[in-house]
Amino acid sequence: MHNAILKMLENNSRIDLHDLAVMMGTDEAVIVEEIEKMEKDGVICGYPTLINWDKTTEEKVSAMIEVRVTPQRGQGFERLAERITNYPEVKAVYLMSGGYDFLVSLEGKTLKEVSMFVTSKLSTLDAVAGTATHFVLKKYKDHGIILIDKPQSSRMKVTL
Amino acid sequence: MRNPLADKVVGIKPSGIRKFFDVVSEMPDAISLGVGEPDFDTPWHVREEGIYSLERGRTFYTSNAGLMELRTAISRYLYKKLDLHYDPKTEIVVTVGGSEGIDLALRAMLNPGDEVILPEPAYVSYAPCVTLAGGNTVTINLQEKNRFKLTAEELLDAITDRTKILILSYPNNPTGAIMTREDLEPIARIIQEKDIFVISDEIYSELTYGKNHVSIASLPGMQERTVVINGFSKAFAMTGWRLGYAAGPELIMEQMIKIHQFAIMAAPTTSQYAGVEALANGEDDVQEMRTSYNQRRRFVLDQFKQMGLQCFEPEGAFYMFPSISEFGMSSDEFATRFLEEEKVAVVPGTAFGECGEGFLRVSYAYSLEELKEALGRMAEFVRRLRAKKQAGDANRG
Repeated sequence: MHNAILKMLENNSRIDLHDLAVMMGTDEAVIVEEIEKMEKDGVICGYPTLINWDKTTEEKVSAMIEVRVTPQRGQGFERLAERITNYPEVKAVYLMSGGYDFLVSLEGKTLKEVSMFVTSKLSTLDAVAGTATHFVLKKYKDHGIILIDKPQSSRMKVTL
Repeated sequence: MRNPLADKVVGIKPSGIRKFFDVVSEMPDAISLGVGEPDFDTPWHVREEGIYSLERGRTFYTSNAGLMELRTAISRYLYKKLDLHYDPKTEIVVTVGGSEGIDLALRAMLNPGDEVILPEPAYVSYAPCVTLAGGNTVTINLQEKNRFKLTAEELLDAITDRTKILILSYPNNPTGAIMTREDLEPIARIIQEKDIFVISDEIYSELTYGKNHVSIASLPGMQERTVVINGFSKAFAMTGWRLGYAAGPELIMEQMIKIHQFAIMAAPTTSQYAGVEALANGEDDVQEMRTSYNQRRRFVLDQFKQMGLQCFEPEGAFYMFPSISEFGMSSDEFATRFLEEEKVAVVPGTAFGECGEGFLRVSYAYSLEELKEALGRMAEFVRRLRAKKQAGDANRG
């Protein structure tokens, strides 16, 4: 039940809960209760909106930053990760396997702003051994949703 | 000049629904619940396999009966899903959609004057194919009170000395009805007693909600007298690929393959490679689509209930077949006015046989948003009709 609800919400967090209940063959009250429980347990962490900023007048620059770290004695990666998450311009932080340690997703208004953040804030952190900044040129798909214009469906109006 | 046409073909009347279709196609802003195909794109890994087969230059004919690899996969699939046992070498033919399989089976089995029993409402191509194959169609008017299942009594009433074939089509287009093992058992007994054959069109076999599909061929003594028609269109959202198959006893399949060989050669090679991939790795896609259809089925059923529109609960395919008899107008009139006044297209039940009068076929192979919009307009339309009717009744009173 939980997973079925999550699957529906993952695709459309604004779905009418009455509709959701009907579609799952249960009562709205049950759905509401389940969702509240999952919110409390931190299973559902939020309901952000996926925005294609390229289509707005707002200027935005995003970057992915590879961060190599010298782990600190007794603290592993956790302390540094926590510090990085606190910056509001940081959109995501992942601990990675492979050639580097953290992947940090950043958003800023200009190239300069992002670069400044990396050089003055991120790379100056004690445990950070090095960074590599990759600017995003175009987003084609994000959070499972295709952002580029898709051709219209060629399905006919009526077939038997 | 002599008449260039064959009487048999000219005698087939064009579907009465044609006129309605033309009106719909001239209304670009109309929204539709009239489509008989999935709203999903073919899963990407399946499309990719088709592309890959082209890249590798697999652009030649396959063997007439279809790629051995595909027939083997079909044989395994039919065993796993429906407990059917077919030898891929001799008992399976890959066809251009399920439709070709129906045509092949009828042409391979009918002699002039043989009768084919066709329970209606039914998909539109059966009766014309019977005619073209030289047979005569005997229709049975299925009843909503029986949930549009075929009953033993109805079947017995329709059987004559000339009856050769029964066409069974469950899960059903347009009603969404299914038949369970218990429903099929008495039918199978009669079929054997009366020495009749079955063409069982199971193209919607993956789309049942709650109860798994049972093939009549899996009942004792039935495999030897049944041709099973199935395909990729509905299960894997592959309508445009034109890929289906027929499975049956070698005696019949041998003749079907002969016709297929001369009329078609082989099903499209690209589609066949995509089909192999669909059967090998498409199980999760099917499950996901089924879940999604089922959710929308519940939604539409609930909307009808709120409108007070009578509709039995369909357990298969992706159609609803609500009754509109309370409004005192024909299906055609209802559908035409609904289209004109609310710009929503649904298919009049009469497109699927005379006994479809008083019903509509509403497809739910649409997004939730589209369904909401269209059904909202339907609720409004129904409300208006009832208000008018009430006013009329009051005037008369």
